[in-house]
Amino acid sequence: MADGSTLKIVTRRESHALPIATICLALLIIWYIAAIPMNSVIAQPRIDAAGGGLWNILNISLNLERPILPAPHQLVLELWNTIFLVAPWSVKSLLFHCWITLSSTLLGFVLGVILGVVLAIGIVHSKLLNKALMPWIIASQTIPILAIAPMIIVVLGAIGLTGLLPKSLISMYLCFFPVTIGMVKGLMSPDVMHRDLMRTYNANASQILWKLRLPASVPFLFTSLKVAIAVALTGAIVGELPTGAQGGLGSRMLVGFNFGQTMHVWSALVAGSILAALLVFLIERAEKIVNHRMGARP
Amino acid sequence: MTRSATSKLNDMLPAILFGVAVLVVWEAVVRAFHIAPLLLPPPSAIAARFVHSIPTLAGDFWETLVKAVLPGWALGSLAGLLVALLCDRIPFLRRGLLPLGNFMSVLPLVGIAPIMVMWFGTGVAPNIAVIIIMTFFPMLVNATAGLQASGHLDRDLMRSYGASWGQALIKLRLPAAMPFIFNALKINSTLAMIGAIVAEFFGTRIVGMGFRIQTGSGAQALDLVWSEITVAAVTGSLFYALLVLTERHVTFWHPSYRT
Repeated sequence: MADGSTLKIVTRRESHALPIATICLALLIIWYIAAIPMNSVIAQPRIDAAGGGLWNILNISLNLERPILPAPHQLVLELWNTIFLVAPWSVKSLLFHCWITLSSTLLGFVLGVILGVVLAIGIVHSKLLNKALMPWIIASQTIPILAIAPMIIVVLGAIGLTGLLPKSLISMYLCFFPVTIGMVKGLMSPDVMHRDLMRTYNANASQILWKLRLPASVPFLFTSLKVAIAVALTGAIVGELPTGAQGGLGSRMLVGFNFGQTMHVWSALVAGSILAALLVFLIERAEKIVNHRMGARP
Repeated sequence: MTRSATSKLNDMLPAILFGVAVLVVWEAVVRAFHIAPLLLPPPSAIAARFVHSIPTLAGDFWETLVKAVLPGWALGSLAGLLVALLCDRIPFLRRGLLPLGNFMSVLPLVGIAPIMVMWFGTGVAPNIAVIIIMTFFPMLVNATAGLQASGHLDRDLMRSYGASWGQALIKLRLPAAMPFIFNALKINSTLAMIGAIVAEFFGTRIVGMGFRIQTGSGAQALDLVWSEITVAAVTGSLFYALLVLTERHVTFWHPSYRT
């Protein structure tokens, strides 16, 4: 509850547009300025060859084919070229790679959320499960699953599981934790008065679950879902790192890294970020719609 | 005293039994179905390999955890805290940076690893850089929220004492922010480990846990990989426990620890 109340303090009505715009603009300017010294190793000989001068410095440093730090407009151009000017089913298309990553993210997300909710319902209803599982659920997150992704991919590949599922399992493993923790809190959140009321109605455990506990846990669920979808995407991208050339944003990063295609690495990173923002935004929309349906009025 | 000790043991017993059961079932399944050690080595083989390769494991532990994770975690968290203090002093900065920080926290920042390796070369520097970038934003967001967490009444009291910003910070607002700061430190300890190991996938170093896990997976030395995982999990848990203990000492006043 502490988190919720402070969040409200932070997000109370303050105008955000101007400060955000100012800071974004400042970052953009810093980025452009930084790009010149960062790229000077590659750019300097060409600038000298072109005869120097401010125009040549800017023009060459900010338009290198394989820059150390690409300028923002280069990234936008690269994204435009690889998204809109290439057929979406071609390997050169960023959309193609986004789709591969997105599909395994979503599969892992759905599996993880189901596992997380089932575990939470079990934990809330059984003291023994709570004592036996809860410490291990917490301990499970100390295994850096992202770090053992190569092993999981290799092992699952050896027993014939390739493609979407191994990556999804990594996402699932990352996803279920925030959902379980959030849902246990959420299912426990109805206060004693409400539970007593249910008891006076002679409601059984499943009726209490469906009519009281689950509705009460919805806000907790959505908070967890936002965390879960973000880690699911990270899991999918890291899961693609060791798979080589099968496609996906992670493999595009790895291939770009191995062949010195800096623009590919950067554009994959930006595409992953856009995807993350989009997914979180969609969950926020869903949260608003569900809240509205459940009778919340602003 | 002994009663509380036994009741604590009773609380932990189901978890311990569950853990032991998992290990026993694992061992039994691997033996009964003759699962190739290339797929899943039994716990006994992992334990044997662990004891056998302690020098390798210790070297990797030093390279990854001591040389990259700890400094990266400390620097990233400290930087986040300092910027949060700056945001607290300059509300305009806070209003601009906080939404950005929230946004950055959901991005797959670990993808920055290949870029950092291109920039900083082959040493431990790119790993530290990745960790700093990954741990900065959770601390920024949490510490900023924490610095706003002290009550209005308390702040008014500080004002009536004529306390300066610095005095109010040290005596009231930083202590009040501690639960949030520790929350970020805990999140960051996991992130730092992930950042270090993933960065090693890209580097060209020939030592470290990430390197060992990747080459071990390729070379079918899965017992060694599992040993590294054990080291990572145990160290991660111990570090986490240490943070929880420190938090209890620092925030003894918090309702969740008062008895």
